[in-house]
Amino acid sequence: MAAKTLTIDGKQISAEEGATVLQAATEAGIVIPTLCHLEGVYDVGACRLCIVEVTGTPKLLPACTTKVAEGMEIKTDSERLRKYRRMILELLFAERNHVCAVCVSNGHCELQTLAYSQGLDHVRYEYTFPKWKVDTTHNLFGMDHNRCVLCSRCVRVCWHIEGAGTKNVSGRGGKSQIITDLNQPWGEAESCTSCGKCVQSCPTGALFHKGSTVGEMERDRGKLEFIVTAREKKQWIATD
Amino acid sequence: MSKRIIIDPVTRIEGHAKISIFVDDAGNVTDAEFHVVEFRGFEKFCEGRPFGEMPGITQRICGICPVSHTLASAKAGDALMAVNIPPAADKLRRLMNLGQIIQSHALSFFHLSAPDFLLGWDSPLAQRNVFGLIAANKELARAGIRLRQFGQEIIEILGDKKIHPAWAVPGGVRSALSKEGREKIRAWLPEAYATTQVAFDLWQKTMETHQREIQIFGNFQSLFMSLVAPDGTWEHHGGKLRFTDSSGSIIADQIEVSRYAEFIGESVQNSSYLKSPYYLPLGFPEGIYRVGPLARLNVCEQMGVPKADAELKKFKKLGRGAVTSSFLYHYARLIEILASIEYVERYMDDPELSSEYLRADAGINSLRGVGASEAPRGTLFHDYTVDRNGLLKKVNLIVATGQNNLAMNQTVAQIARHYIKGKDIPEPLLNRVEHGIRCYDPCLSCSTHAVGQMPLHVQLIGPGGAVLNEAKRG
Repeated sequence: MAAKTLTIDGKQISAEEGATVLQAATEAGIVIPTLCHLEGVYDVGACRLCIVEVTGTPKLLPACTTKVAEGMEIKTDSERLRKYRRMILELLFAERNHVCAVCVSNGHCELQTLAYSQGLDHVRYEYTFPKWKVDTTHNLFGMDHNRCVLCSRCVRVCWHIEGAGTKNVSGRGGKSQIITDLNQPWGEAESCTSCGKCVQSCPTGALFHKGSTVGEMERDRGKLEFIVTAREKKQWIATD
Repeated sequence: MSKRIIIDPVTRIEGHAKISIFVDDAGNVTDAEFHVVEFRGFEKFCEGRPFGEMPGITQRICGICPVSHTLASAKAGDALMAVNIPPAADKLRRLMNLGQIIQSHALSFFHLSAPDFLLGWDSPLAQRNVFGLIAANKELARAGIRLRQFGQEIIEILGDKKIHPAWAVPGGVRSALSKEGREKIRAWLPEAYATTQVAFDLWQKTMETHQREIQIFGNFQSLFMSLVAPDGTWEHHGGKLRFTDSSGSIIADQIEVSRYAEFIGESVQNSSYLKSPYYLPLGFPEGIYRVGPLARLNVCEQMGVPKADAELKKFKKLGRGAVTSSFLYHYARLIEILASIEYVERYMDDPELSSEYLRADAGINSLRGVGASEAPRGTLFHDYTVDRNGLLKKVNLIVATGQNNLAMNQTVAQIARHYIKGKDIPEPLLNRVEHGIRCYDPCLSCSTHAVGQMPLHVQLIGPGGAVLNEAKRG
């Protein structure tokens, strides 16, 4: 496969044709903030946190779904990018009910970590305080829509790693929600194999092991990568 | 026509409150009301949450007594799961509660109340606080602060945080006592005992010089309620409920905490966000009862540890039947600090506190669960009703300060009647009225299910609402 040469943050790098800017940057040790990206499943560009500046393009492009091209000049950090990333995070916090202090994922949450790293010390938008329910009908797992950022990681792992296709997204805009089967209570979703991959994939406290208390939810994303590597490359190697 | 004096807010208590004193034309106090002016709404917004989150959510009610809430909540969770928690978990929860009692009582005694009786009611206002205490007696203030720290360290050693530890969970606790933690606590014991002795010596002198306060700071007949062990020993996390009266007689005993609603009614007054619980069989307001250190010592027959038992004997001699003066809450608090240190010492030799079996696991086995624990200020109830998936449908919290509401009103009226005559009210007299509230060490954050530093605003309001006199501080 042909290699492409490009510049990221002034650093000349080469990447395989077809690779995404995110992959090329990660390979070169350049960290771009992400939220909906998950190793092991395809990218959808849902959260827009990985936006980058590409010389010659007025729009900001998501690094996870933008393919590398010869001679591309990319900036992953600028005042403009920081402004937008912060805004995205603020909107996420304002859209649902994220209460870190009492959350099962406190201390291990990707949204919380991103907020700290992007210097988010307050939210400028009015909180919407929507009324979302908690689904604890499954005997092992729970889903708290109040903490969901609609990254769709759980949907992608359910369809493309487990292959069960239990999880889906319904609705539009801020009223979108993750559903199980045809919007049944999770405990009644016949297609669910109770494999728990969705729980491992969740970046926030939205999906949790039942009975978890404050800060107890720690995820092992390596498990997902392990399975994918085993399946695709026939290599059973722990990633860490 | 009557006049009204308003103390707003009341200072050196935990939370925001005001006092109204009603005065007739002759300048005599006719009545007084203690108003809690905060509204929190925890009972409502917890609805719909999974019960396992409740020890984490409800402890956010307060920064002083989070441990009390998290423990009562975990107990209610145990009841929903219908499990017996591992013995080690029960002991560890008790150890944390002892730490909580020590830290909260030390705060009440040294930081909040001692400036009044050690520096004097009439001492300059700007000095009548913990900083004044530091200026007057640096060693004493330091020892008091360190004693509080001892209690907080116990909490941190177990739960990783001094405030809001995420540790007690339905079914048990999340971690055991570490070897290093055990050694740290053990090494601190001699200092804790020594400070407590200094406090007792001070208190003996205070009692000699404050006979009048003992007579008029909330000295009245009432019932007393607390948890008690099966043999009548002092209890703080476990046991069953007992009510006694002013003569010291037991009027109801060994009541399962789940049956609290048969014995406790809750009345709501328009003047306050604080509900007024009362002993149901006697009705409102005759069923006035007190909770907290004074009540626990009146209710129990022995402390169960030698040093505190010797002090309890002295304490019990201060009343005919029960000890009825709320000024003696301070004394009761010191005895409880001593007992707590003794119990902590006992635990330091118990290998079970290092056990690895700490958490019972179960689903929902009961749709309603009640948990009760003795918070520093008195008995705390958490009553949860859940659906079969463990989501909360109804939450009822009965907190210690609420249960003392009627008694606080009576105390304020008694002190005001004694000291306030006519239109002119010197500030130190109002301080005495406020101290009536401080005796109970009320926690208004908890009782309304907030916190702050408060200036004092006093108004004497005449007929037609005209302000006749006004004093502000802070």
